[in-house]
Amino acid sequence: MMTLPLNDAGMWSGLVCGLLFGFVLERAGFGSPCKLTAQFRFTDWSVLKVMFTAIVVAAGGLALLRALGWLPADALFVPSAYLGAAAIGGALVGAGFAVGGYCPGTSVVGLMSGRLDALVFLLGLLLGTGLFAWGWSSGLEAWTLAGELESGDTLQEAFGIPDLWAVGAMALALVGVYWLGGRMERRGRGPVSAAEAVQGAHPD
Amino acid sequence: MKPNPAMSSASCSLQPRPFWPSWLAGIALGLVLLLTFVWTGHGLGATGASTRLTAALAHGVAPAATEGNGYLGPLVKQGKPLASWISWQVLGVAIGALAAAWQAGRLRVQLDGEHSVGRGRRLLSALGGGVLAGYGARVAAGCTSGLGLSGAATLGVAAFVFLAVFFAVGIVASRLLRGV
Repeated sequence: MMTLPLNDAGMWSGLVCGLLFGFVLERAGFGSPCKLTAQFRFTDWSVLKVMFTAIVVAAGGLALLRALGWLPADALFVPSAYLGAAAIGGALVGAGFAVGGYCPGTSVVGLMSGRLDALVFLLGLLLGTGLFAWGWSSGLEAWTLAGELESGDTLQEAFGIPDLWAVGAMALALVGVYWLGGRMERRGRGPVSAAEAVQGAHPD
Repeated sequence: MKPNPAMSSASCSLQPRPFWPSWLAGIALGLVLLLTFVWTGHGLGATGASTRLTAALAHGVAPAATEGNGYLGPLVKQGKPLASWISWQVLGVAIGALAAAWQAGRLRVQLDGEHSVGRGRRLLSALGGGVLAGYGARVAAGCTSGLGLSGAATLGVAAFVFLAVFFAVGIVASRLLRGV
């Protein structure tokens, strides 16, 4: 029997997974900085809906594969639980997203749909990475290891929450996101349409 | 040449096609992420490639300093910093996004945000936002895709902390200043 994951690190898996990823991000409207940042103003809930749905689908699928015994529990890469580092990084990426209009992945989508501001964002991304590397030896290394949760990296290891429970709770929260988001979208100006996104951001 | 009436309502229309509804895009993204995990053993990302590109560019400008750098040095010492799965994946993202935008009539060269905040301010906000995101993604060892989305799919605690702070700070920052 075939064991999962296949652990393919080659060119084709990268190109194919990336191509599908980029295609779906563009289809969701995530090349538009106007649409992306509207999530933070609560007028367009696409970012939260799409990300959260994807997390529930993928986490549910992986939990199911584990429950069926097709996927060993420790077979996948899980980010280390340096929670302080995750919080500092989350704050900086969140601020960068709000100000710059993109996150690193969506800036590639923005650029490929013709947005020159996304190219400038990408230049900033390289510059920020260089600045980080420059400060690495003078204390930054400690930031990346801040706030380690020693009990484990996953909800199961750290808090004993069974995978299927965690997925179930997220699915319930997802229903809440669609309900609240839909309500606020109807009250406000509503989601940014493709026609508006292609025209570019305009003053409200 | 006379316009072909049969074409005018579809492929030659100026009106771009609508985006996918969020539930559909979300399910599709979840399935792509699931496929990536099963195929490669890890999720999707972005800043792995930009970090490698930074190393390659820095190595071209200042080889000795880059090799001596504690963070970028290990990436350039083997010779080819860009030779990695994540570089192919980001190239794939670019191709997929281009195909999707072109096919849906959403490909338009513009400086998005120029009309809302002005050209100079938009250039500054895009550059500054990129710097913040690039720096932050290295502190957290991942970005919205690599740590937030992919990490949450494996039920990693760090991913949920990242996403919670990401949204909280994003909401506050977008209230303080408008970049787009």
